[in-house]
Amino acid sequence: MLLLGGAILRIAITGSYQRYVKHGLRPLLLLAGAFLVIMAVLTLWYEIRVRHPGGHSHEPGVGWLLLLPALVLLTLSPPALSSFAAAKAGTVVVSSQSDYPPLPPGNPAPVKLLDYSARAIYDSGRSLTGRTVRLDGFVTPGPGGHPVLARIVLTCCAADGRPVKVGLDGKAPTGLPTGTWIQADGVYSTRTGNDPINKAKIPYLTVTAWQEIPTPQDPYD
Amino acid sequence: MAIETVAPPASKRARRRVRPVEILAVVLVLVILARGPLAALVSNPRLATWMTVFVSVLVQATPFLVLGVLLSAAIAVYVPRSFWARALPRHPVLAVPAAGLAGVVLPGCECGSVPIAGALIRRGVTPAAALAFLLAAPAINPVVLTATAIAFPKNPGMVVGRAGASLLVAVLMGWMWLRLGKEKWIKLPHRPEYDGMPRFQAFVAACRHDVMHAGGFLVIGAAAAATINVTVPQAWMQSLAGNAVLAVITLALLAVLLSICSEADAFVAASLSTFSLTARLVFLVVGPMVDLKLIAMQSGVFGRGFAWRFAPATLVMAILVGTAFGTVLL
Repeated sequence: MLLLGGAILRIAITGSYQRYVKHGLRPLLLLAGAFLVIMAVLTLWYEIRVRHPGGHSHEPGVGWLLLLPALVLLTLSPPALSSFAAAKAGTVVVSSQSDYPPLPPGNPAPVKLLDYSARAIYDSGRSLTGRTVRLDGFVTPGPGGHPVLARIVLTCCAADGRPVKVGLDGKAPTGLPTGTWIQADGVYSTRTGNDPINKAKIPYLTVTAWQEIPTPQDPYD
Repeated sequence: MAIETVAPPASKRARRRVRPVEILAVVLVLVILARGPLAALVSNPRLATWMTVFVSVLVQATPFLVLGVLLSAAIAVYVPRSFWARALPRHPVLAVPAAGLAGVVLPGCECGSVPIAGALIRRGVTPAAALAFLLAAPAINPVVLTATAIAFPKNPGMVVGRAGASLLVAVLMGWMWLRLGKEKWIKLPHRPEYDGMPRFQAFVAACRHDVMHAGGFLVIGAAAAATINVTVPQAWMQSLAGNAVLAVITLALLAVLLSICSEADAFVAASLSTFSLTARLVFLVVGPMVDLKLIAMQSGVFGRGFAWRFAPATLVMAILVGTAFGTVLL
């Protein structure tokens, strides 16, 4: 049964682990998975070859519950958090940074939602003026039911995932089903809104063009 | 399973216990057969989110659980009993703060510290000191405090408050245990004695036992936390933020229910921006000490009678001390 515990980790590590935890955790997961597999193999080895001197040891029955997550991971591989979680929680309160380095090169420049929010709210868009930016995220209802672009931010794992939301202005997409991933190009907008859930500020983007994209490999910001 | 050449009498066969491996085989076959309908469940967003959170709590906790299990197995097998008598101050009243401060060196979250505290008690460390370690370690280690500082860049008082309040709660709970605690409340589960076995084999057996045990209860806790995460609407909570007293109580209960890892809870606290700083400090103090997955793990490792007394007492203590620190510092 421990073998199964090890196997889940192995599978999670092939890449889909990014749906559940920060990718910085990968080396730790590899170590832990390897440890569990080695322990399982050693246990089997002792079970078969060595035979306990004092008869059979009793396993705690509750250990069988470990099968549950293993089976869920192996057979169902739950999807990454998306619009359901985003609609439930208020936007992240972005923290101000001491300086705002120039945007990455390219036109449009690829920017993360969190980075865009920090620049738009604390730097009043100074480092954004004159540039077209490209944001990737999924569509979810925002203030007044209008669609906003969102992405989930993880610190540790999906249990602490919180959405970061950016409002859409200009040629904003309409009629897309909630949860559709899009790539939006646009320019800084002075407009801001408030997330109805936690009253935090949401910056806006004046969209000039957008297109649907598949769900990215690392779906978190 | 070996093929039986001689058929045993029918009555004997009926009484034979079903072996775990056989159950496992049946379950696996069932799951593979039922894969289609199960996959349909994933398309329900609420259930899919539940599973994602459930699995991710476990995936996230596993490395820390493994670290804790390794340390606790090492304590159980390689560290002689006499070591602890020498390492900690002889008098229990002094051993409590010493053990609390020792929590600084364990850079992990709360899942790892439960098996370690269990192993310490087994090896003769006074329970009060082991409990102080259990409460302090996940909250005051450098990794967690750094995360707190990053999450609250404008409020250095948060870091000071968190470290001070957490340590104080841990020490007070340890002392309270000395005065009021009864040894019989702690029922360490039966586990085979390792003294007769070769060292390495004993180490493997101890590791496996702890993984199965603490891990099993972690599954229960993760399931509970995922349920809360999916069902409690945050918008509903925000309406309680206006009242100072209600805000503190709401966030304390939220910390218990959400069961977020102590390395991440500061960032969640930062996003609960409508609540007062004091309420958020209480959230950070309560979270690593009392939460659903910890209660589940503690009742597994120390016994149910212990968990039902210890967790509520710690919760009240953490709320009081956290509020006091918040009022003074923030």
